[in-house]
Amino acid sequence: MSRILILFAHPAFEKSRVHHQLLTTIRGMQGVTVHDLYETYPDLNIDVRQEQGLLLQHDIILFQHPFYWYSAPAIIKQWQDLVLEHGWAYGRTGTALRGKRITNVISAGTKEEAYQADGWHQHPLTDFLLPFKQTATLCNMQYLDPFVVYGTHQLGATAISEHAISYKEFLENLRDR
Amino acid sequence: MEHSYFFITMIYLAAAVVFIPIAKKLGLGSVLGYLLAGVVIGPSLMGFIGSEGQDLMHFAEFGVVMMLFLIGIELEPALLWNLRAPILGLGGLQVLLTTAAVAGLALLLGQPLNAALALGMILSLSSTAIVLQSLKEKGQLSSAAGQSAFSVLLFQDIAVIPMLAVFPLLAGSPQGSSHSASSLRDNLPAWGQTMVVLGAVVVIVVAGRYLLRPLLRIIAATRVRELFTAFSLLLVVSISVLMSLVGLSPALGAFLGGVVLANSEYRHELESDIEPFKGLLLGLFFMAVGASIDFRLILSIPWVILGLVVGLMALKALILLGLGKIFKISIEQNLLFAMALSQVGEFAFVLLSFSNQNNILPQATVSILTAVVAISMALTPLLLLVYEKLIQPRFSVKSSDNTREADEIQEKHPIIIAGFGRFGNIVGRFLRVNGVKATILDLDSDRVDALHNLGVKVYYGDAARRDMLESAGAADAKVIIVAMDTVEQTLEVVRVVRKHFPHLQMLVKAENIPDTFELMDLGVLHIYRETLDTSLRMGADALQMLGVRAYHAYRNAGTFRKQDEKAMKGLSAIRDDKKLYINTVKERIEELEKLMSGERTTRFNPSGLGWDEQSLIEEARQEEE
Repeated sequence: MSRILILFAHPAFEKSRVHHQLLTTIRGMQGVTVHDLYETYPDLNIDVRQEQGLLLQHDIILFQHPFYWYSAPAIIKQWQDLVLEHGWAYGRTGTALRGKRITNVISAGTKEEAYQADGWHQHPLTDFLLPFKQTATLCNMQYLDPFVVYGTHQLGATAISEHAISYKEFLENLRDR
Repeated sequence: MEHSYFFITMIYLAAAVVFIPIAKKLGLGSVLGYLLAGVVIGPSLMGFIGSEGQDLMHFAEFGVVMMLFLIGIELEPALLWNLRAPILGLGGLQVLLTTAAVAGLALLLGQPLNAALALGMILSLSSTAIVLQSLKEKGQLSSAAGQSAFSVLLFQDIAVIPMLAVFPLLAGSPQGSSHSASSLRDNLPAWGQTMVVLGAVVVIVVAGRYLLRPLLRIIAATRVRELFTAFSLLLVVSISVLMSLVGLSPALGAFLGGVVLANSEYRHELESDIEPFKGLLLGLFFMAVGASIDFRLILSIPWVILGLVVGLMALKALILLGLGKIFKISIEQNLLFAMALSQVGEFAFVLLSFSNQNNILPQATVSILTAVVAISMALTPLLLLVYEKLIQPRFSVKSSDNTREADEIQEKHPIIIAGFGRFGNIVGRFLRVNGVKATILDLDSDRVDALHNLGVKVYYGDAARRDMLESAGAADAKVIIVAMDTVEQTLEVVRVVRKHFPHLQMLVKAENIPDTFELMDLGVLHIYRETLDTSLRMGADALQMLGVRAYHAYRNAGTFRKQDEKAMKGLSAIRDDKKLYINTVKERIEELEKLMSGERTTRFNPSGLGWDEQSLIEEARQEEE
C-alpha cells in the first residue's frame, strides 16, 4: 500500500464547489494525507524542513488545484521554488525523492473539447503540464497521468459528485496498486 | 548641631536611597517614601537636619518649578484647548466653592474678613507635585479622574496669579515693610503691584516666543552637550528669579514658559535635560515637607490640628465629589478624583508666608496651618493607597449595590470580547467589517458610555465573573478574546473561563514576556504579545530604508516572529533558572542571526534559504573541470 500526499492549493477554497466536493468525498481515506497549503501558509512563508519531512513520509505526491492561467496557483510555484532544494531534490547529491511518483489533480473551467489543437486553448491540457513533468524527471520521480475535472463552470451538483467518486477510485487505485 | 554641606547632602541622598526602594516594595509609592524619609531624618526623629529644613524647602520648591515647566512643555496647546471645559468649569468652580466654603467657616470661627478670604484662597489649592506624581506612578493620569484632577490643578496654578495680585489688596495696614525688601513691588501701591505682575507674565510669553528660539539655535549649534543642559537650567532659574523679583509664584512662570516652548523643536531636548533635576529636587521637596512637620506643635494641640486636617480634607473632598457628579464622572473615578485632590498644596506654604508678610495672618495661625498643610500632603499618598487597595477592588471585582450595575445583555454571538481598550477595539472593528458580531464586555464605565454614544454596543461588566460570562452567552460561544487592561484582570478572566467554560477557545493578549509565561502556565495556546507584530513591521520597514529589498525584509520578519514564538515555549520551561535562561537566550539570538544570514543551523529551520543558487553554481563549476 502506497502512502499518498495531497498538496492542496486553492486561494479561495470557500468559493469552490468542485474541490469542496472532491475533498469531502475522500475525507478520512486511509493512507491519504491532505495538506492544505494556503491554510498552512497564508503568508506564503513555507516551512521548508516541514515540507521535506512530509515528502519523505509519502510515496505518491499529488498537486490538487484549480487550473489558473494554464498552471497552478502561486503557492504551488512558491512551494516548488523553496522545497525542491538543490542537493536535496535534484543535483548530484539530490536523491531524496528518487522513485516517488507525482502528478496533478486539476479542475479546469472549460470543457475538454476546448483543450484540443483546434479548440479554444489550441493544446491538450497535458501539454501545459510540461514543467511539472520535467520537474518530476529532474527530481528522479515518475510523472503519472493527471486527474482532470473539465468544464467545472457548467457542472451541476450530480456531475460533481460523480467526479468526486471517480476521484476516490483514482486514489484507491494509486494507493493499492 | 552644625553639619557640613557634604554631610547633609549625604544624609538626604542616603535617606532617599534607603527609603524609596522600601516604600516601593511595600507598594506605598515614591512620594510617600520621600515624605517618610523626611520625617525620619527631620528634627522630630533623628534630627540629622534641623533649622535648615525650612531653607531647604525653599530650595527644593525649585523641583516643583521644574515639574511645572515640564508639564507646560508637555502640554500640547491642542490638549489644553480640549480640556478647556474641565479646566474652567471644574477647576473654576472648585476654587470658587472651596474658597467660599473655607472663608465662610473662618468667618464663623471669628476671623476677620480679609484673613478669612486669604485662608479660603490658600486652602482651596491642592498639591500639583504630590497628586500628579502619585497618579502618574499608579498609571491613573490618563483616566477620567486623572484628567479631571489635572484640569483642576492647572486652573489652581493659574488662579495663583490673581491670588497673589489680590493679596496685597487684602493687607490690612501697610506696616508690613519691616521685613527685608525682597521683591520689587513692595514699595508700590496696590494697583502698581498688580501691573508689575501682569508685566512679568507678558515678558515671559514674549521672550519665550521671540527671543528663546534663536538663542536655543545658537546654543545647539555649539554642539557642546552640557551647554544645552546649562542653558535649560538657566532658563528655568531665570524665570524663577524674574517671578520672585515681582513676588510671583516661580512655578506658574515656569509653567507659562513651558507652554510657550511646547511647540518648539527643542522641546524634547529641554525635557530630557530638566527631567533628572526635577526628579531629584522634587524628592528633596517631599523630604523637606516631611521634615517640616513640627511634631512639637502638633503634640501640644493635637486635637485642634487633627480636627483641622480631617475637617479640611473632608470639606474639600465633598466639594470635589459634588463637582465630579455634576461633570458626570463615574462614581469610581469620582472617588479617586476627590480623594486625590483633598489635600492642601505646596503653594500654600508660599501663600502662607506671603500673607504673614502682608500682615493678613498672624504668625500663630500660619504655624498651625503650615503643620496642617504638611500633614494633609503626607496623608494623600496614604489615601490613594486606601483607594487602590480597598475601594477600587470593590468596583472591579463585583459591582456592589451603590455602584453601577452590570448591564443586561440581550444578544448572543459566537465571539465574546473581554476588554475593549486600545487592543480589543481594533480586534472588534476588524471582526465587525468581516461581518462577525461579537458580544463586548468592558470594565471602564466611562469608556462604555463613550462607545455607546458612538453607536457601539458595549456592555459594562466584569468578564472575570462567571455569571457575567454566562449572560454574555459563553455557554454557546466558540471563541473569547481576552484583552483586558491589566495583567491581573487578564489572568483572572483566563482562570474563570478555563474553569467554567473549557470549550471556549481563548485568544489572549499579553503585554510582555513574563505575562506570556504565566499564560502559558495556565495552558493558554493562543497568546498575542501586544507589541510583537508592530515592532517587527517597523523593523522590516527600517531594513527597507537601509536598502534591503521589501520581500526579503518581510520574510525575515515573519521568520523572526515564528522563531520567537517557538523559542518562547522553550524558555518558559527554564525561566526560573536565571543563568540557564540568559545563556539560552544568548544562544537563540546567535542562531537567529545565523539563520537570517542564510547559514544552516541545527535548531531552526533555515526557511530563509529560498532562491539560493550557491550550490548550483558550485556543482556547475565542478562539472566543467
